[in-house]
Amino acid sequence: MPEATFLDANELILNMGPQHPSTHGVLRVILKLDGEKILGTECVIGYLHRGVEKIGENRTYAMFAPYVDRMDYVAAVSNGLGYCLAVEKLLNVEAPPRAQAVRVILTELNRIASHLLWLGTHALDIGAITPLFYVMREREEILNIFEAYCGARLTTHAFRIGGLQYEVYEGMEKQVKAFCKMFLPRVDEYEELLTENRIWKDRLVGVGVLTAEQCKQYGVTGPMLRAAGVKWDIRKAQPYSGYEKYDFEIPTRTNGDTYDRYIVRIQEMRQSVRMIEQAVDDIPEGPIMAKVGKVIKPPVGEAYVSIEAPKGELGYFIVSDGSTQPYRVRVRPPSFVNLQALDTMARGGLVADIVAIIGTIDIVLGEIDR
Amino acid sequence: MRKLLRTIFLVDLIQGLWVTFRNQHPKNIYTEQYPAQRPRIAERFRGAPRLNINPETGETLCIACDLCALACPENLIVVSSERNKQTRRKELTTFTYDTSRCMFCGLCEDACPVDALELTQDFELASYTREGAIWDRQMLEEGPKPTWYRY
Repeated sequence: MPEATFLDANELILNMGPQHPSTHGVLRVILKLDGEKILGTECVIGYLHRGVEKIGENRTYAMFAPYVDRMDYVAAVSNGLGYCLAVEKLLNVEAPPRAQAVRVILTELNRIASHLLWLGTHALDIGAITPLFYVMREREEILNIFEAYCGARLTTHAFRIGGLQYEVYEGMEKQVKAFCKMFLPRVDEYEELLTENRIWKDRLVGVGVLTAEQCKQYGVTGPMLRAAGVKWDIRKAQPYSGYEKYDFEIPTRTNGDTYDRYIVRIQEMRQSVRMIEQAVDDIPEGPIMAKVGKVIKPPVGEAYVSIEAPKGELGYFIVSDGSTQPYRVRVRPPSFVNLQALDTMARGGLVADIVAIIGTIDIVLGEIDR
Repeated sequence: MRKLLRTIFLVDLIQGLWVTFRNQHPKNIYTEQYPAQRPRIAERFRGAPRLNINPETGETLCIACDLCALACPENLIVVSSERNKQTRRKELTTFTYDTSRCMFCGLCEDACPVDALELTQDFELASYTREGAIWDRQMLEEGPKPTWYRY
């Protein structure tokens, strides 16, 4: 916390948020400024705290599944996957191959949706309004697929513990393939708008640099880590849900600035399309639900499962005391950990850069405050 | 040299503007004119709850087993039943569903063994009062009656 009482004559405390369009929710940042220069920042979080972890202790395993969608509501499917995998690890069951393939398709679609929303809002913060409209147009297609598959667009509750509740709807493969075909040229279109744009480059190149060493110190994961040059992706390092079957690359960059993180996310969208195309081409036949009892009652024990969510490593740690309700649910949210690096990235920069830096972390406050 | 010329002639900006220009065509309109134009709702959409009745006899399909109330994470379903003296079967008396607390997760319809409770494609659930969001059995069987707009 910058000490308000010991300011120099030219120093200024500026309060940004919690009601600010560029903080992507209810994040409050206290800035200590010297003119235009940022001397320090302090994040105040907790405005969206709902006690999700505590709710988990009062619900049965199946009942808690819809709540995890409400943490990172931009990537609800990834949250559901992480939770289901953690409970499945506790139960020592594995989803059948057909369920795994459908899970991969939906989570990768959700990764694209999350990155699209990030791209639109990030560009909007910087001042480029146009990409937001195009991005929403493509995101709509993904949400239509979600709606047709599981009946909800945002808080999907798509997966159940042990597999899937819903069978693939008629024409899903066709719709997903059509989306993939339509989407790749659209990514080129976003790149045409932004990548070489001089205003975009001036605002992003060299802003908010986070080296690989600093990333590791803070525990920063996801595209931010990869933009700093570390080739770390949980889908490759510890494959889950059949990710080892698909052929994809981990896009990395070396500078670790805001521009590199933009490039990494754009590349990731292309890689996701590649994965979806492979997965949709052969969805294995078979059951969609593993043998899980009607009442889910895992043995005494604990399980930690981490997955590569769009924003970074998303971990679920569940302790079971042998009853139908979890004894403790702990979530390792990627946005919360990544937000720690805000001060390091912003310090010494200009006050206009703070908006770009908050945007580049890709935070969702529902996940930070839980 | 090439870079300088590109800078002078604003090639990067014109490239972006050309993308914007390409999307000017009227066939690229994606806005829906709701409520004049009704949105297309997916078949599996989880919206307003409905308690299905047998269309021929008008009797409810619900067997008052209380499984939906047990499955609900928010405990918003209240089922009460009465034992019929003659047939020895449980008969549904009242059924309340608090849509103001519902998050439309679909666990209740998954739990229903006779497909009596169903989440439908209706999505216009607004009400002037808080009590209006608590649906009783009659409302659940008939479905919501949204206001018709004249324009």
